[in-house]
Amino acid sequence: MLQDKDRIFTNIYGLRDKSLKAALKRGHFDGTADIIGKGRDWIINEMKASGLRGRGGAGFPTGLKWSFMPKEVGERPHFLVINADESEPGTCKDREIMRNDPFTLIEGCIIAGFSMLAHTCYIYVRGEYVRERQALQRAIDECYEQGYLGAGNKCGWDYDIIVHHGAGAYICGEETALLESLEGKKGQPRLKPPFPANVGLYGCPTTVNNVESIAVAPTILRRGGSWFAGIGRQNNTGTKLFCVSGHVEQPCTVEEAMGISFRELIEKHCGGIRGGWDNLLAVIPGGSSVPLVPGADIVDAPMDFDGLRDIKTSLGTAAVIVMDKSTDIVKAISRISYFYKHESCGQCTPCREGTGWMWRVMERMATGHAQKREIDMLLDVTKQVEGHTICALGDAAAWPIQGLVRHFRAEIERRIDEYSHNAHEVRPVLEAAE
Amino acid sequence: MSVRRLAEATVQPAGFAFTEENAAWAEATIKKYPEGRQQSAVIPLLMRAQEQDGWVTKAAIERVADMLDMPLIRVLEVATFYTQFQLNPVGTKAHVQVCGTTPCMLRGAEDLKAVCRKKINAEQFHRNESGTLSWEEVECLGACVNAPMVMIFSDTYEDLTPERLEEIIDLFDAGRGEEVRPGPQNGRHQSVPIGGLTSLTGDYDDIVTEQDRSSGHGPANGASYQGIGAGKTASTPPSKAGRPDTEAAESDPSLVSPGKAADGNADQSQEKDESAQLTAEGHRPGSGQEGGSRQGSTDAEVGNVPDKVDTKTGGDFRKAEAAAEDAVIPDDRQLDDGTGGQPSRLANDEAVGEVLANRQGNDPVEGNRTATSDTRPGPAHGDHFESSAEETPLESRPGDKPSDLLAAPQGDKDDLKRIRGIGPVIEGKLNDLGVFHFWQIAKWRETELIWIDDFLNFRGRAVREKWIEQAGELQAGRAVGEGEGEA
Repeated sequence: MLQDKDRIFTNIYGLRDKSLKAALKRGHFDGTADIIGKGRDWIINEMKASGLRGRGGAGFPTGLKWSFMPKEVGERPHFLVINADESEPGTCKDREIMRNDPFTLIEGCIIAGFSMLAHTCYIYVRGEYVRERQALQRAIDECYEQGYLGAGNKCGWDYDIIVHHGAGAYICGEETALLESLEGKKGQPRLKPPFPANVGLYGCPTTVNNVESIAVAPTILRRGGSWFAGIGRQNNTGTKLFCVSGHVEQPCTVEEAMGISFRELIEKHCGGIRGGWDNLLAVIPGGSSVPLVPGADIVDAPMDFDGLRDIKTSLGTAAVIVMDKSTDIVKAISRISYFYKHESCGQCTPCREGTGWMWRVMERMATGHAQKREIDMLLDVTKQVEGHTICALGDAAAWPIQGLVRHFRAEIERRIDEYSHNAHEVRPVLEAAE
Repeated sequence: MSVRRLAEATVQPAGFAFTEENAAWAEATIKKYPEGRQQSAVIPLLMRAQEQDGWVTKAAIERVADMLDMPLIRVLEVATFYTQFQLNPVGTKAHVQVCGTTPCMLRGAEDLKAVCRKKINAEQFHRNESGTLSWEEVECLGACVNAPMVMIFSDTYEDLTPERLEEIIDLFDAGRGEEVRPGPQNGRHQSVPIGGLTSLTGDYDDIVTEQDRSSGHGPANGASYQGIGAGKTASTPPSKAGRPDTEAAESDPSLVSPGKAADGNADQSQEKDESAQLTAEGHRPGSGQEGGSRQGSTDAEVGNVPDKVDTKTGGDFRKAEAAAEDAVIPDDRQLDDGTGGQPSRLANDEAVGEVLANRQGNDPVEGNRTATSDTRPGPAHGDHFESSAEETPLESRPGDKPSDLLAAPQGDKDDLKRIRGIGPVIEGKLNDLGVFHFWQIAKWRETELIWIDDFLNFRGRAVREKWIEQAGELQAGRAVGEGEGEA
């Protein structure tokens, strides 16, 4: 189990003083100017050495991402954009960082901005996080007052942070949709290439990073990439905020080492599964868009990118949704399908039409009002949506259904049987009118 | 994606202007973005307009377009794309947003929705009788470890029980919403495990006391410090959350879950006492309310909103929606999910069969179609047709029973299915009626076709699809075909 001394977010629950003065005492902004003094290459190499993989869900190495930015500023300024549009069902980690430990994020923005030669940073907070946005703004204002931000600041890199917000669109968590939204348009993802590192916000080189990825950077650089790399397993290093929700005794957000086993995570922090381990039905280990796995498969699996890939799911945002045996598993996934139907931006036909179609079929499957051949048809449609859209929302809508059919096909078929056995009364025959 | 439209013209106020304070704020906000990129401020400005008026009015959209020098359609796009913008008036004292996505559903969000249906309105986005309250089901609000939860204006109320939500709604309705302390309602602190801290347990010297928390740098959402692991006073038993309506082994009620064992089946009176106690605690003034702008109605809204808005039915809603749409978006490719501007879905407890049965009773039936995703009403008699009869008002449209109905086909009957719009079912009905041949249909007059149309409950489809002409062509074609055959 991770020791408190190795935890990066020391005030994640907001129990300690949240002022800048107290944050300085806890070690934030300690030697930021020295880190910046070591230069861009050192920072990027150290980040690469730490093995930090992006915390937004895809797990792309953060150091590598930073290195994609042009080495010199040309005619166009560089921008850093922080993705705080945390909307993946199950995920509520960035919220805690913004409202309770915002200085980790602010310091990270300065260092990351320096390493990619950006003088301006936009933080795109989801519209529903009103209080979180206010807390973050308050912290930024304090940094300006105390000379940690702005021109000629104590960190040695002129820097401005602007807090922007959305208005309730999940799709704006996709980086190019976020940029569109930040430019004041509908949040519809852009075709790539060109990638944001070349043509991003306002047509300028831009890097978009998740809140958590940026917020852990200062501590990594202070303690050294090797410290971070020493936690967890190879390729899955460091600490991670886990948000455990659903049918556990004590749902909570907690920072733990990558690769902690599912059993340990639940036992140590969440008081166990409601009804004991025998009552565990299934787990969605990384937010709504990753496939679910049956309880038995995950109990002893390490909670990291590779460990979960081995059981055909993914770490995603480490938002663990636990379902015990009282769950109507088909309905739970059907509700996720509704979510994607609701949040599809409407740009690509397979997703716009497919998400609605899949949801309607899932609703019927939940009651058993379907035919068995439709299960394969549904699976076939998910394959046709997956990978045929501009962004990954189509994939995200397809995977939960694929996971359900992979592991709970018997349950769906049982419901169909039960429904048809109970069909006593004469039902209208489904037939086209024309 | 959701289909969203502006409110109908009758509820739209005549004008919109930011208050002095908000106008200054807007100017500063626009300046945050680079020169020539003021369009970036569109979402913050619309949001501020919504905070000022309670909802986003057409006038506000026009005003924002002016301020940012944007084409009106671009602002309309933004206002209709982002679901946090309320395009219709919402409750003046509270608009309850219930998170219904899976993590909350697992912890009992469906019970919260039931409370809203009972206490506010059976329908989302419709206000209660006095117009003070409204509710909607929203997608994940990002407080999943505190599920189930609702959001009212800028604050979240987490770890709810249905009883506690009822109390909260009552308090807001009584204008005492600020008495409810935002954040978890079961005594825990934010996302700390309810049983007590499992990490960061050190004896730090900067632990903030409850008094300090409520001022300055208190919790962002104003939740007050409850002490580490404040007791399990009102745990949220996930009740019947997501329990399947089936006799499957997985859902065997005899399989006891500890949530149930511990307090799920607890004596109700005990639970009531606890929640009363919580309410009493909640009466302390909440903090963290700074920055809240005036919510609710403006004078303009009060002056302009006719009462009938509250009582509008689905049908009126469609009409109203169409009118509003004609006013702003002249586009005939309307996507419509048939339920007005906002998506509604089957209530989770309702079986599809029940819904279908109800639909058959209440909704217009189109042929024998029973289950279809296309619930959009077909063209009605009142729609425009290219005949002279189109001027005739709907009610008085004449329909004459065709005079040439046959008891039996004369020779082989024609394949009526070749007429576009006639399927096997309709063909059967026509056969039963005594229609077997193209020549019969081709000889009909308009009024006779209307009679047939009424008989089939087709709402103008027979006329629209020009059955008479089609039958005439088919009759002629067959005559030619036969002629060729003979030759």
